[in-house]
Amino acid sequence: MEDLVAEVLQGSVRAMARLITLVENEDSRALQIMGAIYPHTGKAYVLGITGSPGTGKSTLTDKITTILREREQTVGVIAVDPSSPFTGGALLGDRIRMQRSSGDAEVFIRSMATRGNLGGLARTTADVVKIMDAFGKDWVIVETVGVGQDEVEIAKTADTTIVVLAPGLGDTIQSMKAGVMEIADLYVVNKADRLGADELLSEINVRVEQDFQIKKTAWQAPVLKTIAVENQGTESLVEAIERHRSFLRESGKLRKNRREKTRQETLALLKDEISRNVLEKVLGNGRFDALIDDIVAHKKDPYTSVQEIVRTIFPEE
Amino acid sequence: MTTKKRIKVIMAKPGLDGHDRGAKLLARVFAEAGMEVVYTGLRQTPEMIVDAALQEDADVVGLSSLSGVHNYFFPRVVELLKEKGLDDVLVVGGGIIPEEDVAGLRKAGVAAIFGPGTRTDDIIKFIEDKISGT
Repeated sequence: MEDLVAEVLQGSVRAMARLITLVENEDSRALQIMGAIYPHTGKAYVLGITGSPGTGKSTLTDKITTILREREQTVGVIAVDPSSPFTGGALLGDRIRMQRSSGDAEVFIRSMATRGNLGGLARTTADVVKIMDAFGKDWVIVETVGVGQDEVEIAKTADTTIVVLAPGLGDTIQSMKAGVMEIADLYVVNKADRLGADELLSEINVRVEQDFQIKKTAWQAPVLKTIAVENQGTESLVEAIERHRSFLRESGKLRKNRREKTRQETLALLKDEISRNVLEKVLGNGRFDALIDDIVAHKKDPYTSVQEIVRTIFPEE
Repeated sequence: MTTKKRIKVIMAKPGLDGHDRGAKLLARVFAEAGMEVVYTGLRQTPEMIVDAALQEDADVVGLSSLSGVHNYFFPRVVELLKEKGLDDVLVVGGGIIPEEDVAGLRKAGVAAIFGPGTRTDDIIKFIEDKISGT
């Protein structure tokens, strides 16, 4: 295992691919692996791309990657697609749109299935970002599953989040709703040659202006038009990403945001660890089942019972 | 807590023919069987297929050809996998493959050829048996 981490740090693509599998499978060695990886992270810039299904996220990812490669940047891509809640299987189709990038040895593309996670990413996507970062990729691009309105996990992972929209998917009210529309550092109206693109563009501009009136912010999310398949507007998009990156750096927000992300991640790890330990103790003896019998029989109630359990494990001083 | 290891399959169409109904159907069949299937699409070079297998840490590479190029492309994929140290990846093929070519392909390292009419259950069982056996 330590050999594998060392090989990743020396630039072995094969080792990185295998390490990602171990972490993705939440192997018993995963925490140890990530512990060894962590000191080598923090250098890559993380770009998140999210939006509804079919808006062109994969194609945009491919074009952005190509432009970054022309600028001699190395790129890792994580493309997330949904797992079936019924069979657990998944059809991962994002690579189809990444043909140009997939022929480039300096681009590492990994498809990930959500495996039951609902926030738009897989549970372990943030860890895979770290592995690519430690490997030495300058950029890690994370493409979420096609999202509805509530999948905002990407904003906790990415430095810059792009929300991709396409014409024909809804009216003004859609662009006023909460959730995904709130996490954009940049909006992209893709498929801008289609009917309704200009209306969509002005609707989003109105939203951005409203946001600004409600709360003055140092960064006002730009709204860009692209036709990704024709590579139109993609250079300007990369420029806008770079502008946001400079803004984050110069305003000190990059450091602040990353601190907050680290806090959230560490808190989540702590919660996992606590619940694992507590559950081992609680479920380790047969008393939990006996308790359930009592609750079913209405001799006890679940609310008081869980408090009692926790109090026996963590006695108050 | 621990997520179960899932069989990861690269489904690819090497060469230039555009007949991908079979490949797409099988990609779905494998996903329905609980596998994680990376569908790479049409017109793949052996290099692209092997890069995908490498990056995705695939257990299986499924190749489909209906244009008669299998005798070049299938062995070439096996060869490139070996060059990259991916000897343990199971390579299976399908499509329109004349009976007299099958022995040669098997000899070149293609584990199985599934022609038209093969029961999909049999293909799944073959893959599951091979992967769990390694």
